[in-house]
Amino acid sequence: MMMCKEASRLMSLKHERSLTFQERMSLRFHLSMCGACRQCDRQFRLLHEACRGYGIDHEVDP
Amino acid sequence: MEDPAASGGDRLAKQRSIRLERLSSIRPKLVSFARMHLRDNAMAEDAVQEALMAAIEKDATFAGRSGYDTWVFGILKYKILDIMRYQKRQGRLQPLDDEESDEVIDRQFRKNGRWEAHSRPASWGDPDAVIESQHFWRVFDACMIALPENTARVFSLRELMGLSTEEICGLLEIRESNCWVILHRARLRLRQCIEKGWLEGETA
Ligand SMILES: [Zn+2]
Repeated sequence: MMMCKEASRLMSLKHERSLTFQERMSLRFHLSMCGACRQCDRQFRLLHEACRGYGIDHEVDP
Repeated sequence: MEDPAASGGDRLAKQRSIRLERLSSIRPKLVSFARMHLRDNAMAEDAVQEALMAAIEKDATFAGRSGYDTWVFGILKYKILDIMRYQKRQGRLQPLDDEESDEVIDRQFRKNGRWEAHSRPASWGDPDAVIESQHFWRVFDACMIALPENTARVFSLRELMGLSTEEICGLLEIRESNCWVILHRARLRLRQCIEKGWLEGETA
């Protein structure tokens, strides 16, 4: 069974390429049982979203 | 009676001067961004100078659809990529040396592949609130600076500049699989660093 270290590799990789069916299934299975990795998955996604807005100061534009 | 053309002109002039002030206030952030990619102070200053001049010249073309800072950052990104491509053609782009081992990553996991207790991810709360928070961005910047140079450069090309891993590999002449490994390390390091700074800052 896949462990957290390998799961985190796939959580990162999916931001670069689409995962294979096999990879997606193993990751989904791991995430369904591991709260820490679910947090990690959210954080990687948040990093990705946040970076797209990098440089924007959150003030009302003049 | 008020001349509508004149007051319109005043308004434009006022907007322009607000933007000039804005440029000088974001300048340090632009310089450190450029330095991360070009790894040369003088070159980073030049890139920023050119981007600022372009921003002033093209002021009228700023459509206001995105934020002004984002627009200026967009100009700087192009300048930086131009310089990096030029350096590559000249054979002067510093190659990536794979100096970082997997040690840092290994420290976050136990031998059996589970998270170590000290690096086990915790909740950051509502993602929208996180991204809106100034504190988050301060922590983010500090954590980016703390990354090893190579890791920071690849991560930034991917996530801040929006290049594909294929493009990054072409530019830096590394294998795509190597790129994926570096990005995985970068994200693990960043999430740990941010979590530490973010949650501690919340309670401070
Ligand atoms: Zn896990």
